[in-house]
Amino acid sequence: MQLHYFLLLAAALFCIGIYGLITSRNAVRVLMSIELLLNAVNLNLMAFSNFLDATLIKGQVFTVFVITVAAAEAAVGLAIVLAIYRNRDTVDMEQFNLLKW
Amino acid sequence: MNLAAGVQVISFSILGVMMIGSALGVVLFSNIVYSAFLLGGVFISIAGMYLLLNGDFVAAAQVLIYVGAVNVLILFAIMLVNKRQDFVPFKSARLRQVLTAIISIGLFGLLSTMVLVTPWTYSTTPGAGNGSIVLIGEHFFSDFLLPFELASILLLMAMVGAIILARREYLPDQLTPSELPQTILTLPERPRELVSAISGTETDTNA
Repeated sequence: MQLHYFLLLAAALFCIGIYGLITSRNAVRVLMSIELLLNAVNLNLMAFSNFLDATLIKGQVFTVFVITVAAAEAAVGLAIVLAIYRNRDTVDMEQFNLLKW
Repeated sequence: MNLAAGVQVISFSILGVMMIGSALGVVLFSNIVYSAFLLGGVFISIAGMYLLLNGDFVAAAQVLIYVGAVNVLILFAIMLVNKRQDFVPFKSARLRQVLTAIISIGLFGLLSTMVLVTPWTYSTTPGAGNGSIVLIGEHFFSDFLLPFELASILLLMAMVGAIILARREYLPDQLTPSELPQTILTLPERPRELVSAISGTETDTNA
């Protein structure tokens, strides 16, 4: 097993997440795309930790921190989606233009 | 290639195909419930990747936190924001999708050339293996102590913030001081609109 395979797979996952982040119109799907991005970064960190830093596995520590921040982000993000759904009665990203001049 | 390496390659390819296919399904399906369940598939296959990368503790944490908490949270959000609406199509949507696909493929090309060109210096020492959880614990309580404590504060802040954001907001406009809620340590909340009960009483009065 090589490092390259994991890094290429993580890059592919990251690009799929970017595509979903920009093109999706449902706000919940945008949050799912952000989770895909964070998971791609986690896969990178774990691959580096296994292949380049096998004695002090600091990449795994960073992965645990990223998982923590991702859980907090998901909770707050979904609460924001819920609040804006109550105000605007839609989850369409194209209609959230309150701050657009 | 011995047996262990063959098993690793086969499981890596199965997990990779499952991960990329599920991620494409998350992005491309029109029904968002399918997307949420496929997101769970992505998380599980990434946990399998972590097992291949000698990270057993992180794989367990991935399954517990992502599949058990985040995915269930997303499913609950889909249930709460359950509005079957067809989004109004706008003119430049197709153009935006094509442009974003081109940009994503270009980014993937850039990243993959970077990965393939860079001379990685592999570590020659044997890995931690099963002692990884001990090493992670030592990191948490020695050199990563401050981020560890900050993470707990962040989780507390996120919990309180999510509750504050998601509760029904209370508008105290026609409220006299005698009506103020007497109980301490409870947040005042707007009563839930009982749609079915109201419509039922209206039909009763009409009849």
